[in-house]
Amino acid sequence: MAFDKMELRDIEVWDGNFAAAQALRQAQVDVVAAYPITPSTPIVEGYAKFKADGYVEGEFVMVESEHAAMSGCIGAAAAGGRVATATSSQGLALMVETLYQASGMRLPIVLNIVNRALAAPLNVNGDHSDMYLCRDSGWIQLNAFNAQEAYDLNFVAFKVSEDHDIRLPAIVNQDGFLTSHTAEGVKTLSDDDAYGFVGDYKPMNDMLDLDHPVTHGVQTEEDWHFEHKARQHNDLMVKVLPKIEEAFADFENLSGRKYNLVEKYDMDDADVVVVCMGSSVETAREVALEMREKGIKAGVLGLRVVRPFPFMEIAEALKDVKAIAALDRSSPNGAAGMLFNEIAGALINIDTKALLSGYVYGLGGRDLTKAHLTDLFTELQANVDAGKLTTKQQQFIGVRGPKLSFL
Amino acid sequence: MLNKGWDEFEIGAMLRSFDGPTSNIATTLQEDRPYSQSNSFTASVADWRIEKPVFNKDYCIDCQFCWIYCPDMSIISRDKKMIGVDMDHCKGCGICVEVCPTNPKSLLMFQEKEDEDTVLAAWPEKEDKEK
Repeated sequence: MAFDKMELRDIEVWDGNFAAAQALRQAQVDVVAAYPITPSTPIVEGYAKFKADGYVEGEFVMVESEHAAMSGCIGAAAAGGRVATATSSQGLALMVETLYQASGMRLPIVLNIVNRALAAPLNVNGDHSDMYLCRDSGWIQLNAFNAQEAYDLNFVAFKVSEDHDIRLPAIVNQDGFLTSHTAEGVKTLSDDDAYGFVGDYKPMNDMLDLDHPVTHGVQTEEDWHFEHKARQHNDLMVKVLPKIEEAFADFENLSGRKYNLVEKYDMDDADVVVVCMGSSVETAREVALEMREKGIKAGVLGLRVVRPFPFMEIAEALKDVKAIAALDRSSPNGAAGMLFNEIAGALINIDTKALLSGYVYGLGGRDLTKAHLTDLFTELQANVDAGKLTTKQQQFIGVRGPKLSFL
Repeated sequence: MLNKGWDEFEIGAMLRSFDGPTSNIATTLQEDRPYSQSNSFTASVADWRIEKPVFNKDYCIDCQFCWIYCPDMSIISRDKKMIGVDMDHCKGCGICVEVCPTNPKSLLMFQEKEDEDTVLAAWPEKEDKEK
């Protein structure tokens, strides 16, 4: 192939965006159709530079909108190429219509979402509103807590997404700025090892197979639509999580880095547990250790796979816990939070007396501090001691003004 | 195909044009192509036509204009001889009539319900055109 390999040090100092761009290079993505938006721009910019410098053999298509970006990706994936792009926030919102096309057409595309708040008011900083926006879109959603994981999970995303038993697009989420623009040590794979893990792209029903002409993106009405959606849901529910676990095992063999559907930190004997996503997991882990020094048996559950939701694994991990906090970094706007709802669903039919409370935090990039989490763990312990919730079921953390609590 | 369950079809909003592999499909006549059941060629997609073209072979000069201009490949022509109109696919747009150069025209539009033999018997005479 006509491209140069890149010599990487064992550990490079990369931010989350550059780590993702390097992963796209090492996977030798054929087509990136992209439109820039903060804070995800450096990912596609990085791929474009690698291509311009001869480190990747592919096409970079600069389009007129995010809707067109994902549409270009869909066309390229249907044609039979390895495809990826990146976006954030409003860009993702414009892309949503095509996200459902991609998953319904069962096209493997890897989308890096650098999580950012949704306007109004306009805001470029990190929260999980955009991640939540497309949670029912039929895409696989992986969640990185730091730059290393943003790098690693891209490889896993290609491997799972392109598998012929799966053929579903995959999102890799990372926190805007907190992960995407924070430089940290990232352990690298060699170009050969990385490409070997992902493997050559194996086309399926591709439009460029002229001996087997196909029509992609057909219309179905009440006679067929339901069967297609049922098949897609079945495959997400039944096939994807085992395939992700298989890919995690292969990745551990290659890199020594172990990933799980849900990441358990100090969970073995935990009484009080925070469940969260993104970079907050790392802060919560640190605070949990400090709480243990104070005699509170604190643990953290980090959600590695957001969709398909690891319902059974969550139930198993939380079955012996006494008080659980579900942290949602997105305004539910008139409901309990997504994590609160999903966790409540996972626990309702098992033999647990766990007290579940929901917290909305960090909107628009507002910091979740160690002090917030110390108070939170302390509150959970108070719930345990009282044997009931001492607060309302939904609270806001870190917002100015009179305390907000609901339900 | 209509009664297949959710687990019995190929994934994706994708349909195969032909049963099995094909080659040189562009030079294979439609009637000889292995169209699949899911190909629209095997279905009638003309039920919303309200006017239909009627072909009168007595005046046709086989110029192939209608065949070239038809947006739905509904003009049947073999060995450069006009044979007729594929009424399972014709939408009744009237473009074939518009481009027909003969005098009188060899294709004319009629209401869908009109009888073909009757309109052929009452076909218009040649028009005198000013020189």
